[in-house]
Amino acid sequence: MSSSVTYKLTHKMFYEGLKEGKLLGLKCNSCNTYTCPPKINCAQCNSLDMDIVELNGKAEIKTFTVVRVCPEGFEGELPYVVALAELEEGPWVCGRVVGVDPDKVTMDIIGKKATVGGKIPPKLSYAPGEPMAITLKIS
Amino acid sequence: MRKVCVAGVGMTKFGVSEKSCIELFAEAALEAVNASNIKVTDIQSVHFGNVFGDFEEGQAVMGSFAAREIGCPPSTPALRYEGACATASVAIRDAFIAVASGLYDVVLAGGTERCMAMGTPLATRTFAMCTEGKYESYTGITFPGVFAMMTHLYAKKYNIPLAKLKERMAMVAVKNHYHGTMNPLAQFQKEITAASVLKGFMVCDPLQLLDCCPFTDGAAAIVIASEEKAKKMVEKPVYILGAGQGSGAPLFRQKDITVHEARIAASKKAYEMAGVGPKDIDVAEVHDCFTIAEIALMENLGFYDFGTASEAVERGESKIGGKLPLNPSGGLKAKGHPIGATGAAQAYEIVKQLRGECGARQVEGAKIGMTDTLGGDATTVVDIIYGI
Ligand SMILES: [Zn+2]
Repeated sequence: MSSSVTYKLTHKMFYEGLKEGKLLGLKCNSCNTYTCPPKINCAQCNSLDMDIVELNGKAEIKTFTVVRVCPEGFEGELPYVVALAELEEGPWVCGRVVGVDPDKVTMDIIGKKATVGGKIPPKLSYAPGEPMAITLKIS
Repeated sequence: MRKVCVAGVGMTKFGVSEKSCIELFAEAALEAVNASNIKVTDIQSVHFGNVFGDFEEGQAVMGSFAAREIGCPPSTPALRYEGACATASVAIRDAFIAVASGLYDVVLAGGTERCMAMGTPLATRTFAMCTEGKYESYTGITFPGVFAMMTHLYAKKYNIPLAKLKERMAMVAVKNHYHGTMNPLAQFQKEITAASVLKGFMVCDPLQLLDCCPFTDGAAAIVIASEEKAKKMVEKPVYILGAGQGSGAPLFRQKDITVHEARIAASKKAYEMAGVGPKDIDVAEVHDCFTIAEIALMENLGFYDFGTASEAVERGESKIGGKLPLNPSGGLKAKGHPIGATGAAQAYEIVKQLRGECGARQVEGAKIGMTDTLGGDATTVVDIIYGI
C-alpha cells in the first residue's frame, strides 16, 4: 500500500474554480467542517479524508480597510477595499470588495452580505503562475 | 537545560544608513563582543537575522560572510534566520537553545536590515511577501491594511466608537515618540502630538501615517553565554528566564484577528519556562508596528483583559513611570524598525533596563523584562523573558 499523500484541491484548481464562478472547498468526512481556501488536510482536525465540494458563495463582511498606499503592481487600482468575510459554511476568506465606492465605505459595511467571486489581479514580480484574487460583491 | 545569560549587547544608530547590512551588523556585533570582555574568536556560533538582504543588496549567504567579517574562524558555523519582523528574536531564541542544551558556551545572535535601500515600490512589494501569497496577496492587502482591518474589528467587537479608539491609538504614538526623545540611538527623537497623528494622510483606513512605524536601517546583536561563562565575562549578566515561539495561520484561517493565536502560545510558553506571569513583568519592549498593534498585544500577552487595553493607554499606564511601561526605547514607532534587527534591539533595551543603564528613560527598579516580536500577520511570534 502506498503511503504517498496528494493534494485533493490545489491552489491552481481553486483558482480555476473561481474563474468558472465556483467557490471550491473541502468537506471533511471526519469532523464535517469545511476548509476553504484549500489546504492539504482539514483545517479543523488534520484529516486527509475530505471531498471537494462547491460552497454556496454567500458571505458576511467581518472587517475591512480602504487601501490607499499599495504594494508595487496595484497602483492602477487605488483606492480599493479589502475585507475579511465569513462564509455561510464557516470558513473566512480574504477578498477584494467590488461594487462599492471606496471613498464612501464606512464601518456600516460590517455585517453586510456579499457574494464570493474571482478576478484576475495584476501579475506580480517574483510570483509564478497565473494569479487569481477572491472578490466579495456586496449584495 | 542549564541557565543561560546575556553578556554584552550592541546596537547601531537606527535611521538611514549608507553602510551595508554586513557593515551594520559587524559594528553591533563587535560592540557586543567588546562589552562581553571576550575575543571574537571566543564566539562558537553566529545566529544571524536578516529578512530581505537579497532584495536590498543582491546579497545572499550573509550569515557566513558576517561571521568572517568580524573575525570568526572557518570553524564557526553561521545560521541565517528569517521570521519576517520577528527575525532577530527567532535567532536569539535559537541561540539560547544552543547554549541551554550545552552544545555551545558562547554564541552571538542578532540581526541587520537595510529597508531604505530598496526604495518604496520594491519595499512595499517585499513587505507584502510576508502575507500569505496564494489567497491573500492578490487582493492587494498590505501590512497597514491588515492592522487597519484589526482596528475596525476591534472597534466593532468591543463596541468602542472608532473616533474614541483612534484617539487612544494616537496616544500610543505620542507616548512612544516621547520615549524616543530619550534614546540617542532612535530614528526619531522628536515629540509629536495627538493632533498631528489624527491629521496625517490616510494610509489604509483608519490608519494614518503616524499610526505606522517607519522603514529603517540598522543592526543589533547580543552575546549569549552559559551562566558560568557569563559571570566571568560581565558584572551583571542578565538571565534569559524563558522563551517561546509560535506559528500563526494565514489571516483568513485566524478569523478574529484581534486574538493572536501564535502570540498567546508563544507568551504562554515563555511565562511557563520563566515561572512568572504577566503581572510579574516590570518593563517590556513590544511590537508596536502600528498603534493598534500595541493595544492588541497588551491583551494577547495577558497584561490586560481583552477589550480593555485602550483604556489603560488613556490612563497612561504604559508610559515610563506608569503601571507597566511599554517600549521605553521608543519602540518600533520612534526607535525605528529595521525588520531583521528589531528583536535584537528589543533585547538590547531590556538588558540595559535591567542593568539600570538607561539614563533618562530608565524604568526604576525593573527586575523582570520581556520582549515581544511579531512577524508577518502574527505568523511568527517570539516572546522572551529576561531577569536579573
Ligand atoms: Zn476535519
